[in-house]
Amino acid sequence: MNHNYEKVATIVTKYGGNRDSLVSILQDIQAEYHYLPEDALRLVAQQLDLQLIQVYGVATFFKAFSLKPRGEHIVTVCLGTACHVRRAPAVLDEIERQLGIEPGETTEDMQFTLETVNCLGACALGPIVVVDGKYYGQMSPGKVKAILNRYRKAPKARKHEEIEVSR
Amino acid sequence: MKRLKSAAELEELQARILSRRDPNRTCVVTSVGTCGLARGAEDVAQAISKTLSDLGLKDSIDVKTTGCQGFCEIEPVVVIYPERILYQQVTPADIPEVISESVIKNEVIERLLYSDPSTGQKIIHEQDIPFYTKQNRLLLDNNRLIDPHKIDDYLALGGYSTLAKALFEMVPEQVLEEVKKANLRGRGGGGFPTARKWESCRNAPSSDGVRYVICNADEGDPGAYMDRSLLEGNPHSVIEGMVIGAYAIGSHYGYVYVRHEYPLALKNLIIALEQAREYGLLGENILGSGFDFDIKISRGGGAFICGESTALMASLEGKIGEPRPKHIHTVVSGLNGKPTNLNNVETWANVPLIINKGADWYSQIGTEESKGTKIFSLVGKINNTGLVEVPMGITLREIIYDIGGGIPDGKKFKAVQTGGPSGGCIPESLLDLPVDFERLVQAGSMMGSGGMIVADEDTCMVDVAKYFVKFLTEESCGKCVPCREGLDRMLDILTDITEGQGKEGDIELLEELGGVIKETSLCALGSTAPNPVLSTIRYFRDEYEAHIKEKRCPAGVCKALITFTIDEEKCPGCQRCIKVCPQMAISGEKKKPHIIDQEKCIKCGLCRDICKFEAIIVS
Repeated sequence: MNHNYEKVATIVTKYGGNRDSLVSILQDIQAEYHYLPEDALRLVAQQLDLQLIQVYGVATFFKAFSLKPRGEHIVTVCLGTACHVRRAPAVLDEIERQLGIEPGETTEDMQFTLETVNCLGACALGPIVVVDGKYYGQMSPGKVKAILNRYRKAPKARKHEEIEVSR
Repeated sequence: MKRLKSAAELEELQARILSRRDPNRTCVVTSVGTCGLARGAEDVAQAISKTLSDLGLKDSIDVKTTGCQGFCEIEPVVVIYPERILYQQVTPADIPEVISESVIKNEVIERLLYSDPSTGQKIIHEQDIPFYTKQNRLLLDNNRLIDPHKIDDYLALGGYSTLAKALFEMVPEQVLEEVKKANLRGRGGGGFPTARKWESCRNAPSSDGVRYVICNADEGDPGAYMDRSLLEGNPHSVIEGMVIGAYAIGSHYGYVYVRHEYPLALKNLIIALEQAREYGLLGENILGSGFDFDIKISRGGGAFICGESTALMASLEGKIGEPRPKHIHTVVSGLNGKPTNLNNVETWANVPLIINKGADWYSQIGTEESKGTKIFSLVGKINNTGLVEVPMGITLREIIYDIGGGIPDGKKFKAVQTGGPSGGCIPESLLDLPVDFERLVQAGSMMGSGGMIVADEDTCMVDVAKYFVKFLTEESCGKCVPCREGLDRMLDILTDITEGQGKEGDIELLEELGGVIKETSLCALGSTAPNPVLSTIRYFRDEYEAHIKEKRCPAGVCKALITFTIDEEKCPGCQRCIKVCPQMAISGEKKKPHIIDQEKCIKCGLCRDICKFEAIIVS
């Protein structure tokens, strides 16, 4: 193992080593490393006494998990119904064009990962784009470039899971 | 916190909390649910605290942060109690004035008041806003009085008294009987009688006596977020309902399965569970009654299918979230092969209400078959986006026009989509339909978890149908063929139609395919998946035909069938669109009408966004 994954053990222990917490465990690991490294999955399988294929199956089944390293900034476009009828697809098109990647991909310079989500449950703000946990409401294709530019200059990513305030 | 050992101790604690509170004291309340936070409510709340301490008023004026109040459109909202003066879309810069003028001098700040879009009238008090007055907020109203991080706020409203009543004054059968008499039906979509589920679970054999009670908070329907609001704003009502249900069923182990897209609901639930445990309202020997029950949290991983009972339980066992055939129901063999009862968040929140006020009171609300209230999330092309709690049987027209304030920008109503990806679209001719479980199914849709997405004349119904089918092809777990392959074919056909490649006979083929998928799919995801397509064909067949025969998208949505042009009359030649066009497809001199080169145009819509003169025509 060429990386130190000692935190994996701590996370597994936090959930009492229960298999029924597998999804939660993987989520915490992803929050820590921004993706699910193969070696971390091997450790989880070992500690929960599961076959690696079982852990891999769960890790690939759920949309929330990524087996590939993700970029410094996570751009999430909400494609819920309310956002859809308010032209979210046009916003997504523009982000794809600006970043040159499709949902699920990461830019070559590892700056941005583009993701979509089915609904964030904040429909009054639709269409919504979330960058590193910060919500941008009432989006339009025209606002995309300026928002992405803010992050292009930003030095460090913030934690994706936190809800933060936007203006 | 001291562990409560009896119902009397709970009562004493409630009385103590109340004695420390003066209902006439000024309190400045900010709602900080997800919608509010996303619009900067946290900054507003901090500004309130800071301003009050700067002015030395920290000890004489109370502040509070609550969950979401449901009127998402006007967030961030600040309400001044006891009069309940409501200020909308407040920014931190407004706060010094709110404190000095409104809180101290009792003067109303006109510009921050809510104004009724239909009459233009300014409304001072929260309780007079039509959006609220026409609702019956049995479940949601307490959200405005509770800081979800403080269990004492819930106790001050008589919280957990109903649990004490159930534990000490009723035997489990009586609790079950009361819920049965109230005819509570599952709010997650199916509308199955809750008490019948409880009874089956209670009576199912279990070798070691283990039974599970689960709260389904995997609110996956896009456009529905009432469960998020309840969990964020009033988590104890859900917990209390679960403990009462577990008592009736004879279960000692509970789970809440929360979707990971709701970080705030998760956080507030964790805090609420800890506080309930500290008071002895959860855990061993609850309130000294001898009844044990505790709740664990499990997070979802972003899979729509995990809202289905058997898939959810598989996921809880640490497996892939795939459903299984239900020849044996989960109430008999569910989580870990044990009898398991699953109800959704809103269903659980109804339970304390029924046990507290009685089935007779509860069943007065609603229609013959559907009792009580239902929370809908009214979203899309609607003036008052928000959560609406109404008695069953209210008409769609009342919800959309009286409460929702109608369609924005003077546009025409086209349809309302209910029931999420399993539901359908209801046209204008059925707006007077009373909303309950049965009527919506008759109209080709369903209640679902309560999402109501309003579509106006600019919404393409073929595109909406395609949207849901695309959603479902991505969310289909792939286990059964009709759902996995059938939906893929439906998507192919719909994509052809929206791209101008539609053929004669496509509509009939969609209908046939839809029928087969409905009949033969393994679980409810597949068997309801064709609904959005079938219902749009049923009511908006002419739109499908326009796409197929005339290669025209009447709503101007489907990219392959529309063109962007510039209205020469309206274009003043400002060159803003020229600068923004990524394809350099627009040309023209200053102060002269511009032209779009159709060869180069990718229909991204940037020019339409930037144009201040509405000169870009989509046709």
